[in-house]
Amino acid sequence: MEGKRYNVQKTIAEINQKIKEGRAVIVTAEEMVDIVRDKGEIEAAKEVDVVTTGTFSPMCSSGAFINFGHSVPGIKASKVWLNGVPAYAGLAAVDIYIGCTEPREDDPLNKVYPGEFLYGGGHVIQDLVAGKPVLLKAEAYGTHCYPKKKFEKKVTLKDLPFAQLCNPRNAYQNYNCAVNVTTKTIYTYMGTLRPRMGNANYCTSGQLSPLFNDPYYKTIGIGTRIFLGGGVGYIISEGTQHNPDVPRTEKGIPKRPSGTIMVTGNLKAMTPRYLAGVSILGYGCSLAVGIGVPIPVLNEEIAMSTGVSDEDIVTQVIDYGLDYHMGKARPIAEVTYKELKSGQIKVDGKIVPTAPLSSYARAREIAATLKKWIQQGDFTLTEPQSTIPSSGTPFNN
Amino acid sequence: MYTRVLVLRFPPDITDKPLVCRLARDFDLDFNILKAEILPEEEGLMVLELSGHKKNVSEGLKYLKAQGVKIKSVAQQIRRNEDVCIHCGACTGICPTNALTIDPETAYVNFEPSKCKGCEFCLIVCPVRAMEIKFAKEKV
Repeated sequence: MEGKRYNVQKTIAEINQKIKEGRAVIVTAEEMVDIVRDKGEIEAAKEVDVVTTGTFSPMCSSGAFINFGHSVPGIKASKVWLNGVPAYAGLAAVDIYIGCTEPREDDPLNKVYPGEFLYGGGHVIQDLVAGKPVLLKAEAYGTHCYPKKKFEKKVTLKDLPFAQLCNPRNAYQNYNCAVNVTTKTIYTYMGTLRPRMGNANYCTSGQLSPLFNDPYYKTIGIGTRIFLGGGVGYIISEGTQHNPDVPRTEKGIPKRPSGTIMVTGNLKAMTPRYLAGVSILGYGCSLAVGIGVPIPVLNEEIAMSTGVSDEDIVTQVIDYGLDYHMGKARPIAEVTYKELKSGQIKVDGKIVPTAPLSSYARAREIAATLKKWIQQGDFTLTEPQSTIPSSGTPFNN
Repeated sequence: MYTRVLVLRFPPDITDKPLVCRLARDFDLDFNILKAEILPEEEGLMVLELSGHKKNVSEGLKYLKAQGVKIKSVAQQIRRNEDVCIHCGACTGICPTNALTIDPETAYVNFEPSKCKGCEFCLIVCPVRAMEIKFAKEKV
C-alpha cells in the first residue's frame, strides 16, 4: 500500500482503541453494500471501522488434532479409531489427526451406488463439540516405554487434554457453479446433478464471503483472528491450492476458485451449530464449517472492496458430467451470484434451476455474531504478522 | 379435479392381487405411481397420486381399504427435523414440486408439506439428513 495516498487512513491499533471505548462502527458485509452504494467509498471509510463477513459451507479440507492422554501402562498408538472412523496416528504416542472426509471403516462406500456416507470424521467432530461421548479405540505394536497394545475408552471433548480444529483449506474465494450435460444423473461433491443441465449447484455465500470482501488479501493474513466454528480461531497461512493468479473482474474479484486460508482454533470453545458433519450422496463425508473474518476498513480502497455485492461477483458454470474429471473445466457460461440466488440461470438458452450448498442464512448469522462480539468489546482485531500471496496490481491502477 | 398423494401399504397376502388397476377401470380415476416396492410374500409399499371426482376418489379408497390396503396421506409422512436442518438449500434444486424453496428475504429454506409428493429425493440429497420419512423408518 506504500506510495499510495488515501483520503481516509486508519490503523488497526486505532480501530482497536475505538472498539475498547465502544465507539467503533461495525457493520456486516451485507449492510456495507448499501452504505458504499449510497455514500461512496470515502464517506463509507470515514464512517465504518470494521466489516464482518461470514460463510457456512462444506469444507472438505478440515479436521482436528487431538491428544487423548496417556494411559497406565502407556500406549504408543499406531492405529486409532473414533466411533469407528480411522484417525491418522503417525504422530507422537497419543496424538492423532481426525480428517473430516474419512468414512467409518465399515462404511459400504459406493458399493451400492450412490453411497450415503452417513458417518465420518466430520460427524465425529460434530459429536465431540456437541458434548457426546465418542468411542476411542487404539492399537499398538508395543515398546518398552509404551507396552500397552490395545486400548479402548469412551471420551468426551471435555476429557480430552487437547483438541484443536486445524483446517488446511477453508473459505475458498469463489467456486464453480456445477451442471451436468450428460444424459444420466451424477453424484459429485457439488451435490446431485440431474441430466441435461437439470439443475445447477453453487457453493459460496457471495457478498458475505470473507475473501470476496478483501480480494487481494490486504488485511487478511497470518495471525488474523476470526470466528471459527462458533469459537475464536486464527488464520495461520494461505490454504492448500491457494491460487490468486486467476482471471479477475475489473473490481479485482476472482472469477474462478482462487484464494484459500488455513485456519485453526480451540475445538473446545466451538459449537455444533457451526460445525456440522455432512454426507454427500455418492461422494463422501465432510464438515460444514462456519467462518467469519473481520475486515478493518483502513482506507477507501478497502471500503470499496467490502462494498462488493452479489451482482459484482461472477463465477463460471462448469460441466461435471464430462469435463471436470477430465481436467478440462472450461467455463460453459459466466453468471453472477445475483443470478444464482434468483433461483435460476440461463445457460445456452436453457433455464436451469439453481441451488446453493452453502447456507446463506447461517453465513448471515455468523457475520451478525461477529459484529456483536466486536461491539461488546469481546473481540478485537489483530495485525497480520505476514500477508498471504496475492496477485497482480490491485484494481489495475 | 381432486388430487391426493397417498402412501399405500399392501399386507403380504394381497401383494399378488391386481388392485390398483381397478381404480381406473371401476372408479374412473387417474393414477400415477410415484414409487412402488412390491415383492411376493412381503409387505408392499406404494406412493400413489390419485386424481378424479372427489366422490370417486373416496369410493376408490374405500374399495382398497376393504381389500386390506392401509392408506395414509403422504403429507403426514415426510417431515423436517428443525434441529438438524442447516438451511443450506441443497434440497431446493432437486425438489420437483417446489415444496422446498428458499425464502428470498430470510434465506431460510421453507418446507410446505402440502406441496410434497413424497418422491423422497430430498432425503438423500440433504447433507445433514434433516428430512425424515415415517414409513421408511418403520420398514427397516
